[in-house]
Amino acid sequence: MQALTERMGRALGRDVPGLVGLFVVILVVFGLTTPHFLSAANFGSIAFQLPDLGLLTLAMLAPIMSNGINLAIIATANLSGLTLAWILNMNGGPQAGVFAFVVGVVAALAVGGASGAAMGATIAYFGAHPILASLAMMIFLRGLGEFLTRGGDISGFPDFLREIGHGSILGIPAPMVVFIVAAVVWHVLLARTRHGFSVAMIGSNPRASEYSGLAVKRSLTLVYALSGVMCALAGIIMLTRFNSVRVGHGDALLLVTVLACFLGGVDPFGGFGRVAPVFVSLLILQTLSSGLNLLGASQHLSTAVWGLFLIAVMVARSSTLRTLAAGFRRSETGQASR
Amino acid sequence: MTSPSPASPIPASEAIRFEHVSVRFGGVQALDDVSFSVGRGEVHCLAGENGSGKSTLIKVVAGVYQAAPGARTDYFGESVTSLTPKLARARGVAVIWQDLALFPEMSVAENIAFDGLVGAPRLVNYRAIRATARTALAKLGVTLDLAARLRSLPISGRQLVAIARALAADAKLIFMDEPTASLTQAETDHLLAVVRTLSASGVAVVFVSHRLAEVLEVSSRVTVLRDGRLVGVFNAADMTQSRLTELMTGRRFDQAVTARDVGEKPIVVQTAGLTRRGEYEGVDLTVRAGEIVGLIGLIGAGRTELAHTLFGMARADAGVIRLSGSPVAFASNREAIRAGVAYVSEDRLALGLVQPQSIADNTVITILKAITGAGGLISEARKSAAVTKGINEFAIKIGRPDDAVSTLSGGNQQRVVLAKWLATSPRLLILDCPTVGVDVGARDGIYRIVRGLADRGIAILMISDEVSEVYFHSDRVLHMAGGRIVAEFDPRRIAIADLERAVYA
Repeated sequence: MQALTERMGRALGRDVPGLVGLFVVILVVFGLTTPHFLSAANFGSIAFQLPDLGLLTLAMLAPIMSNGINLAIIATANLSGLTLAWILNMNGGPQAGVFAFVVGVVAALAVGGASGAAMGATIAYFGAHPILASLAMMIFLRGLGEFLTRGGDISGFPDFLREIGHGSILGIPAPMVVFIVAAVVWHVLLARTRHGFSVAMIGSNPRASEYSGLAVKRSLTLVYALSGVMCALAGIIMLTRFNSVRVGHGDALLLVTVLACFLGGVDPFGGFGRVAPVFVSLLILQTLSSGLNLLGASQHLSTAVWGLFLIAVMVARSSTLRTLAAGFRRSETGQASR
Repeated sequence: MTSPSPASPIPASEAIRFEHVSVRFGGVQALDDVSFSVGRGEVHCLAGENGSGKSTLIKVVAGVYQAAPGARTDYFGESVTSLTPKLARARGVAVIWQDLALFPEMSVAENIAFDGLVGAPRLVNYRAIRATARTALAKLGVTLDLAARLRSLPISGRQLVAIARALAADAKLIFMDEPTASLTQAETDHLLAVVRTLSASGVAVVFVSHRLAEVLEVSSRVTVLRDGRLVGVFNAADMTQSRLTELMTGRRFDQAVTARDVGEKPIVVQTAGLTRRGEYEGVDLTVRAGEIVGLIGLIGAGRTELAHTLFGMARADAGVIRLSGSPVAFASNREAIRAGVAYVSEDRLALGLVQPQSIADNTVITILKAITGAGGLISEARKSAAVTKGINEFAIKIGRPDDAVSTLSGGNQQRVVLAKWLATSPRLLILDCPTVGVDVGARDGIYRIVRGLADRGIAILMISDEVSEVYFHSDRVLHMAGGRIVAEFDPRRIAIADLERAVYA
């Protein structure tokens, strides 16, 4: 039994029980104070909203583990969504068939992967700082997208896309199903494969990793390429949910994904991160926002509450606080440090 | 071996006199009833291994740590208690740490005059700064471009700036932490000349080091610490490096030379005329299966660069490397590893291990393919089998395999490094300073492991800057200096003192 819990702890991450506890507390507090909070409709809406932020957070998680960051996630998602939209439009717009959709999805994923790979290669082979490289990629993709769309929306898609964006499979919203599958794949990739192992090692110390024979440059390029693919998936889901694509759509989520990673215990200095606690922290953030929404607070207030909440979590976790606590205990017992 | 005579009486006029100094950190007795004194204008050596209490003692003198009650702490004839770093500086004590603590983006003049600049906000008088800097450099008898950015100077130049900065702050007693560690021979000679000038003008200098061959000649006395206790104070004139090592480690060199003939075992690695411009030149070297070849040389001799080339991390400009007879030209260290070359870096902290990650992950990092099972997933069973094998084979003392490798002692960390490389079944193992940062007590264990690996038929190239290391633990010793292999010695046919003379002269 103990061995099992230990194995679970290792597989999922040590932060999971605490975060689940926090999630339950939030559920109870809102459940007692807010009418309609514990309703199927509310959970349905959470389950429809979560996947956008969730997929983008997964795309952010892997680069952060490699001690980098991908600031181009929204721009990549937008441009991948545009790619799909164009292919649908070229094939008749609302009359486009399933085949056109499949081709469009493959093309969108390829665009996401290629832009990620280009960014990763810049970082890995030319030593560019991840912040600068991904910022440059973000500006490039954004500018390109705005140039090609002239700043407008692209819409007019076939009806079956609504089934993906708003339909359900066995009662679970389809976007949520996509997100859960993506999260499981990401978990396996990061926790169980050679690539995930390399990313963690490189995130902690790229030079020692290189001396140990890891293909540092290749792994770094791959991590951004895969991040780009995940962005593309987010872009596709956003397209099906909103039935339109526009450059800049989802911009507000960029930094929230970073914070969701940190809330989920991902080490901001790289090397450590698990999908499971990040998943739970996404649930927490989305539930907070939806609870506040039901209370009648504006969307802006709920963003502010997210910020405060994350600051509180950082403080609660900080080593300074632990040191202070330890120092307090020591002075209590009257032991001088010298 | 001659025993050094006890030190001559302490000079009448003293810079500092410390007696009965004890410092305790939690459960660790860092200093235990230590006495330490330095005469005015004296050049003194403070010697001891890592963890011997050297740094603690300097920090007590510099006012960073307080000695336990009962200590005598005199500065220039005055008893001073409840010292702070600021007070110690005002008394004329300056410490130049190994990292120098200078400002790379500021000018030479600003760095030198820095201590006079901090404090109340006011406008900066650049003319006064230059004047201060010029005076301080004149005392040292050196000229530097005052306007140059510090980062444009070599380490030796920066060190002079640090000394000038101490003088500008009216230092009368300067501690220098490992000052010669990254200097060339010519730069070391220059530094020693500067120290003589300082000493003549009444400024005392204390060298803090565990490698003192170069500085012994300018010093008058040596204070040796071991495990937080005073071993003794000795005349520098009677001291040799080997005697000093013995005093620092507390071990007599009754350890025997382990060199042996490997005979006509197959040649594992052979280089001919290997050259990399500016680093090493015309290196011919052979290591046979089961042989330990010691490569001794000071920092800057080109030894690590040579190792990097054999390990595929640097390209040679000319010459050939043959591995088991066939010429090789590695494009990366991954090719070298596949070909059976392993390299234990001298910098375990930054390059040898991924410190924050687990012992288990560090052990299998070199054999990821071998522990990958069905579907491209890492097999937990194979991984833990490999980890257990490494831990048992090298008798690594750990808590749990999931603990960060940084929680281990230096000796156990080095065993993890050896375990991860042995997992690749190498035919050539390059050890770069294998016992640096390893406690003396744990070194024997490492040497025994290395000998055991050689007995298994692995060719071993052991790079070191400690003569005793290669003398006692290799079959042949190559001496590298200025990028060339200048001599070869058989430890069985030369006395260690002669080898030391050859290397450190």
